[in-house]
Amino acid sequence: MTAKPKVAFYWCSSCGGCEETVVDLEEKILDVVAAVDIVFWPCALDYKYSDVQAMTDGEIYISFINGAIRTSEQEHIAKLLRRKSALIVAFGSCSCLGGIPALANLKTRQAIFKRSYLESPTNVNPEAVLPQTKSELDGYSLTLPEFYETVLKLNDVIEVDYYMPGCPPTADNLSSAVGVVLEGKLPPKGTVLLPNKSLCISCDRNETKPDDMTIKEFKRITQIKADPEKCFLAQGIICMGPATRDGCGYACIKGNMPCTGCYGPLAGADQGAKMIASLGAILEAGEEKSIEGCMANVVDPAGTFYRYSLSASLLGSKNKEHR
Amino acid sequence: MGTVYTIDPITRLEGHGKIDIYLDDAGNVDRAFFLVPELRGFETFVEGRPAEDMPQITSRICGVCPTAHHMAATKALDALYGVEPTQTAKAVREFFYNLFMFEDHLLHFYFLGGPDFIVGPDAPKSARNILGVIDKVGLEAGKKVIEIRKRCRALMAEIGGKPIHPVLGLPGGVAKQIKEGSREELKSFASEAISFAQFTLSAFNDIVLANKAYVDLVLSDTYYLESNYMGMVDSSNRVNFYDGKIRVVNPSAAEIDKFKPADYASVIAERVEPWTYIKVPYLRKVGWKGFVGGESSGIYRVAPLARLNAAEGMATPLAQEEYERMYSILGGKPVHNTLALHWARLVEVIYAAERLAQLADAEELTSDDTRNMALNTPREGVGIVEAPRGTLIHHYESDESGVITKANLIVATVGNSAAISMGIEQAARKLIKNGVVNDGLLNMVEMAFRAYDPCLSCATHSLPGKMPMEIRLKNKSGLLINKMIRN
Repeated sequence: MTAKPKVAFYWCSSCGGCEETVVDLEEKILDVVAAVDIVFWPCALDYKYSDVQAMTDGEIYISFINGAIRTSEQEHIAKLLRRKSALIVAFGSCSCLGGIPALANLKTRQAIFKRSYLESPTNVNPEAVLPQTKSELDGYSLTLPEFYETVLKLNDVIEVDYYMPGCPPTADNLSSAVGVVLEGKLPPKGTVLLPNKSLCISCDRNETKPDDMTIKEFKRITQIKADPEKCFLAQGIICMGPATRDGCGYACIKGNMPCTGCYGPLAGADQGAKMIASLGAILEAGEEKSIEGCMANVVDPAGTFYRYSLSASLLGSKNKEHR
Repeated sequence: MGTVYTIDPITRLEGHGKIDIYLDDAGNVDRAFFLVPELRGFETFVEGRPAEDMPQITSRICGVCPTAHHMAATKALDALYGVEPTQTAKAVREFFYNLFMFEDHLLHFYFLGGPDFIVGPDAPKSARNILGVIDKVGLEAGKKVIEIRKRCRALMAEIGGKPIHPVLGLPGGVAKQIKEGSREELKSFASEAISFAQFTLSAFNDIVLANKAYVDLVLSDTYYLESNYMGMVDSSNRVNFYDGKIRVVNPSAAEIDKFKPADYASVIAERVEPWTYIKVPYLRKVGWKGFVGGESSGIYRVAPLARLNAAEGMATPLAQEEYERMYSILGGKPVHNTLALHWARLVEVIYAAERLAQLADAEELTSDDTRNMALNTPREGVGIVEAPRGTLIHHYESDESGVITKANLIVATVGNSAAISMGIEQAARKLIKNGVVNDGLLNMVEMAFRAYDPCLSCATHSLPGKMPMEIRLKNKSGLLINKMIRN
């Protein structure tokens, strides 16, 4: 007999959106459940860490881990799952690239504590109390995990076999990845389980893009009512499509908003550098207007071009020490 | 020697959480603590980002209730830019928002909190989940749950780009017009949603209310806390999720405050504790009285039961009927029984469905007047919506170019953090006696927590962010003597 392969889902520093993707499998979840044994999924099932600890090494066939690494506890569980799993998939952009939580790498840990616990207009904290990793209360000693200086991606702390970026990846992305793995057609280690082409290639607005597109100035979405059919870049609105991996079905664009880059870069590329190069090719700076003038409305280049990929970017972090 | 039990992680909730239970030498509970071990720092790292990106960035606080953050942020942008959204934008936003509330509440009932009742609080842990629910209610009913949710999510994708992290919100408007050709589908969905809400209520009736043991559990003092309540109301003091003033009532259900979003900081204060990353809010006017309930308590609660307690009724007929039935069976207003949250949530499900039907008929829903482009110089703005888990507040300041300089967020689960801490300790004291602890009892401790549908992803927005839960039982000196294996 062949036992059903064991599968685990776990979340580190993330929002739970990747978990919702699993629920969004809708009726397919019944097929997944028929094909595999889900042995750990804190969001929906009652198994605990102790259940995972009790497994033999490599007993779990595949673990999908979403979320970035920000605390000692997350690093610990990631390492535990690595030991217990034959395969690890970094699931979602936080796990692959740092994601939105990694925007915190543009700030220091001190700034975060100061804003949250000392400066907010609703705080009443005259004694400047801050959460502590160890504290005493009514004679009891309580502990919290250490909060790292830097937001890390999963492969900064464990070896990762496959990657599935997206914020979040769609249910279709997940189900095709599960299919590939269950059929045993394993691609080479390190593969990103999505097409290696840019979003523009599948976007249905691509054909509205002029062949010799030139832009004199970028506009913010607050300054223009976007045409619902025309290429955003051709309208002078920053759209991350050229520097972003395909796979989402251009969902945001169908919602009449530009791509913000959540599926991360193509293989081997730095997303921000690629985007700046793409913009450079279409910007028409001249004697009348400097490059700075054309870019005046791009008020947050780091947050715009690396919104989901700071942990994997050339920019690095404001903090060199991560723990 | 005493013992410490740890439940780690707390399961069937969104995010990370941990419960430490300390037993005395006789094996009874001395203290229990609810700790949130994470923080992400959203307030800090949104500084420097363009204001118009807030609806999409802050939705990443929580992938379970992204629409709540998206909408609170969008309303904060209306205020920041001093712009009134068009009638069409308001209708589209509220329609979208009620799709979300309908879906999210059902997710909790069937996937997260419901299994405790439908399958049973002390059923084996391998069955206490959606699959156990499907076993119990039948595959056909299970498929119905999946089908309605799928249709709801497809509509959300159509209107807002994607259901997880939508993109429709802009200051003064929405990004995309709903075409008149879609109206029939919207109406048909709304009518289906009403039937499904009724189906769910009748299942709740048959499985929970008809079972005396469950009703006793709901009414027991294990899950009881007298507190203040907060929720958004319309001009007739009826529950509204999208817009209105915020009403606060005391533990006797008398109004003690009613405020506009911009005034939130004069009503709510937050306390910092060294032993958890989550902040503890309370009513500024009453003051911090400690982790205590009762008439003089400064603690307020939010979420479905709090909304119903803080309002004077529901704005739609079927919801009003169910609202009256709930209070008549549970002994009048306010209801302090925490597990009644599950019932209140279903009253809101039917309200959301009925509200969808009203909005699907609204003439302005499909007009192309989707945005008011007349933005003023941005300065400061507060946006409030009722998230599934309670009152959600986004407050931004920006420079003249609309780049964020300061942000303050009070998320729904944080509003309940004091009540959750107290509820867990109380349940632990009642349930764990003479050192007898088992998986079923520990699950019943978690139920004190899960009723709130707590979202620790949200709650830890200010820190790194997650919330499975752990319960540790420790002796008096804090030594983890007996690590509990739950099976």
